[in-house]
Amino acid sequence: MKPGTIRAACLALLRRDLTLVWRRRGDALNPLLFAIIVVALFPFALGPEADTLARIAAGTIFVAVLLSGLLSLDNLFRSDLEDGSLEQLVMSPHPLALLLACKVAVHWLTTALPLIAVTPLLAQLLHLPDHVLPVLLAALAMATPLLSLIGAVCVALTIGMRRSGMLLTLLVLPLLVPVLIFGAGACNAAQLALPYAAPLLWLGAWLALALVLAPLAAAGALKISLT
Amino acid sequence: MNESDDAEQPSLLQARALAYARNDEPIFGPLDFALHAGEIVLIEGDNGSGKTTLLKVLSGLLEPTAGDVLLRGAPLTLAKLSHQVALLGHLLGLKLELSAQQNLCFAIGLGGLRAGVTPPLALASVGLEGFEDAPLRTLSAGQRKRVALARLLLVPAALWLLDEPYANLDRGGIELVNRLLDMHARRGGCAVITSHGAYAYTSGTPRRIPLRHAGSGNRGSGFDRNAPAGAMGTAP
Repeated sequence: MKPGTIRAACLALLRRDLTLVWRRRGDALNPLLFAIIVVALFPFALGPEADTLARIAAGTIFVAVLLSGLLSLDNLFRSDLEDGSLEQLVMSPHPLALLLACKVAVHWLTTALPLIAVTPLLAQLLHLPDHVLPVLLAALAMATPLLSLIGAVCVALTIGMRRSGMLLTLLVLPLLVPVLIFGAGACNAAQLALPYAAPLLWLGAWLALALVLAPLAAAGALKISLT
Repeated sequence: MNESDDAEQPSLLQARALAYARNDEPIFGPLDFALHAGEIVLIEGDNGSGKTTLLKVLSGLLEPTAGDVLLRGAPLTLAKLSHQVALLGHLLGLKLELSAQQNLCFAIGLGGLRAGVTPPLALASVGLEGFEDAPLRTLSAGQRKRVALARLLLVPAALWLLDEPYANLDRGGIELVNRLLDMHARRGGCAVITSHGAYAYTSGTPRRIPLRHAGSGNRGSGFDRNAPAGAMGTAP
């Protein structure tokens, strides 16, 4: 492939970031462990009754997954800022929004996808009824990219600040509340044998919107933060 | 370098009444200068005189407060889209976890590849044969700088913006930077380099642009003598 084309640039960025995650794979596993531990602690706190656990299972897993996604969000652009890679990305002749979208994709692939993969196990831990699991997986598959995309915009806005962790959480959490309500709402509806398509479709609509707009917003915010 | 020359061939880089201010405090400028192919310009100034800021404005990372930057006659934001500018800043933009080869391959993917150069060749010409697969973490600061210089050789940019390229380098490294700059100038590229004066570009006679903090004392007036393009006085 010809170097310097947009395709080559995106592939080079994806390959570099995936290699970096692999080199720091110990750190990369932290969010996964966090979510598993949180979910595993609930039965100890609430008692092992299957009925109680089944009622809160979907919501618990949802909250644990979203919070663990927040853990790794602050590092999305941080290391690139500190070693000057971000300047090289901004200066490159390619659209910054596209390059940031690649970084968000790597974030989702390395933090959310492993979580979705272990979700069936977490569901078993909490006695989630089997017929709810597909709904939970579908809701997570749409909610986690939303978290990465919304998070990227907020990270880009706060990257200029030295200790942005708390501010970032305050910015992201309110934006995530609707995602949580619709995602967990779909699971609860499925559990009560009610129609659950509408909340899932809402999530899908937001995801489509965020896929297009969030990288553009993140690129704009990043350029403001760097000056 | 008079008006008729400019009309025949647009200069590679031109700054017109370029000024930058942060929170209404002027950092530098207004500056007027033009660079033609094959020219090396040395920006001299004390610490805090705005050298790094000037390079960031020239690279398009910062919007100038006033004036504009033209690259081959086109405004910078548009010209930027054609792989013409390479920046080597204080932060090298290299990943310490990756090897020199991996870092350079990423730079090529992002910035394109100059014809006839490969990463091993570029590493050899900065004196780093055999270090292709060593993680950058294990290299010294000077060796990392050399990897960043190898990146300049690989990408097809005509304009190099080098911020303190001599920092961290040994005597051989300083000569290497001068040699690379000479080579770059001979094939028609141009470069803007900053220095606080401790090291100098010795081979050739680069044009010098003295930079003084615009907010200190003689606000504005210190730059008037830079006004005619190319009529820069030599530094003290």
